[in-house]
Amino acid sequence: MPTIIFTQASGEMTNLSVPEGTSLMRAAVTNGIEGIVGECGGQAMCATCHVFVRPEFAAQLPPLSEDEDEMLDCTTAERTETSRLGCQIKMSAALDHIVVDVPADGF
Amino acid sequence: MESRTAADHVLIIGAGQAGVQVADSLRTAGHTGAITLLNDEDAVPYQRPPLSKDYLCADSLAAPLPLRGPEFFTQHDITVLPSAATAVDTAARKVTLTDGTIVEYTHLVFATGAANRALPCPGADLEGVHGLRTLWDAENLQQALSTAQRVVVIGAGFIGLEFAAAARARGLQVTVLEFASRPMGRALSATAADWFTTKHTQDGITLRLNEGVAAIRSAGLGLRVQSTTGAHYDADLVLYGVGVLPRTALAQAAGLRVDNGIVVDSSLRTTVDGVFAVGDCASFPHPNTGARTRIESVQNATDHGRHVARMITGESGSYSETPWFWSMQGPTRLQIAGISSPADEPVVLGNPDSGKFSIALLRDGVLSAVESVNSAADHIAARRLVGQGIKLTPQELCAPGFSLKALAKAEVSLPA
Ligand SMILES: Cc1cc2nc3c(=O)[nH]c(=O)nc-3n(C[C@H](O)[C@H](O)[C@H](O)COP(=O)(O)OP(=O)(O)OC[C@H]3O[C@@H](n4cnc5c(N)ncnc54)[C@H](O)[C@@H]3O)c2cc1C
Ligand code: FES
Repeated sequence: MPTIIFTQASGEMTNLSVPEGTSLMRAAVTNGIEGIVGECGGQAMCATCHVFVRPEFAAQLPPLSEDEDEMLDCTTAERTETSRLGCQIKMSAALDHIVVDVPADGF
Repeated sequence: MESRTAADHVLIIGAGQAGVQVADSLRTAGHTGAITLLNDEDAVPYQRPPLSKDYLCADSLAAPLPLRGPEFFTQHDITVLPSAATAVDTAARKVTLTDGTIVEYTHLVFATGAANRALPCPGADLEGVHGLRTLWDAENLQQALSTAQRVVVIGAGFIGLEFAAAARARGLQVTVLEFASRPMGRALSATAADWFTTKHTQDGITLRLNEGVAAIRSAGLGLRVQSTTGAHYDADLVLYGVGVLPRTALAQAAGLRVDNGIVVDSSLRTTVDGVFAVGDCASFPHPNTGARTRIESVQNATDHGRHVARMITGESGSYSETPWFWSMQGPTRLQIAGISSPADEPVVLGNPDSGKFSIALLRDGVLSAVESVNSAADHIAARRLVGQGIKLTPQELCAPGFSLKALAKAEVSLPA
């Protein structure tokens, strides 16, 4: 099972191994990663699953859809180049050991 | 009988979307007293929206999505009791639980949600006839879908259509009966509703409008649904989604005012001191029109929850969040900001034939709601614009180069 490394602004890190196909959001919510809420259940409708994905994994990520792009404009923490919606990234072997930063000031 | 006392104790009845939000936001707002959440469902508090969407896919991981992680409640010192409230004494500020325990409170929050309206026809309780509200319902449906071939859906509301699209995507034969002339009745403009009728039909769903259910019978190994026009449809699985009723019996018995929901004022206080109501069960004054409103949506449940947490921790003020809602029907994303009324003037933005458009609704020249189909940008802008009293004409909305997004940006940068 591929592993996700969630990093909080405090430096706290959590490693989670999840079945392929599990989204970053589902992994975070099911395991209680602070700062990721997933209020719309993963439909790219709420932006409460905002994360920053470390640039070295950018090439392996699915492309940004128009919907995701628009939703990223209304995140609580300021959007950056590495911003993604956690619900739109499904884990695969290629993303094993992906490092994800959780925004500090809410989602 | 045991009795719990606490000097500063918030008791929340119902551990759904709204109740859990109240508990969470109380801690965020700095509440240090005790918090108890009553959970009468045999499951860790979970999200309902996926139950009619992802959860029903054939390739779904078919696990419920929790509202919070497993340690959340203990970490935030929130006591979750696996129990229902059976009586409330607001004069003594005491609640009785299923096992007879009496719990004292300083603040009480009704977050009891809603229950499916029963299907009012013979055969409604036959095996194979399902509603969809709880995880337990969804588990049963998930199982029934794996062997069903013919599905009849009664009621073309959001849940009925989401279910129909999910069943169709699994390759099943799907017929939807709707006694009104359009799907999603009160909640959607005729223009948008007609677009969905065409889309679902193209996707292979048989949508029978102006046709209600008269009776359901057992027929061989399956079911036979007889409609009000005399037609009949054979099915292995029947799903009904004919609306919900707020769960108000407990509040009513406790002497609270109830009128299609537990009646609250603009700050979400009930008619009894120290008692609040939030989410699907609360009937509150609409921030713009003042008319009594009850809304069934995640946004409403969570924003109500946040507001009541602020009221309990000593703030005052009126609830004034713009309502928004979404529905996923197969591949189609519907997002609504604001609440329309059938008398509103619809103005189409974009080209519905492209599968990507919005409908702006004007009430006396003011933007009252926007319905967006596969148009997230319009929706996000609409959330900022609706409810601001913005005057627009159809000509302005249809002018070349007009976009809600640009308008929202301009409005934000204007000095107040
Ligand atoms: C299948 C489905 C799909 C949906 N899809 C969407 C969607 O796409 N978008 C959207 O915005 N909304 C959607 N909704 C609506 C949304 O889920 C609800 O509006 C929201 O859950 C309301 O939250 P609530 O806390 O008010 O009520 P609920 O979530 O219903 O929670 C109320 C809880 O209180 C409990 N309770 C009741 N009485 C008592 C008692 N006496 N003692 C103890 N506990 C009690 C109930 O058992 C329940 O657990 C959907 C709903 C369903 C059912
Ligand atoms: S969970 Fe709502 S946008 Fe990702």
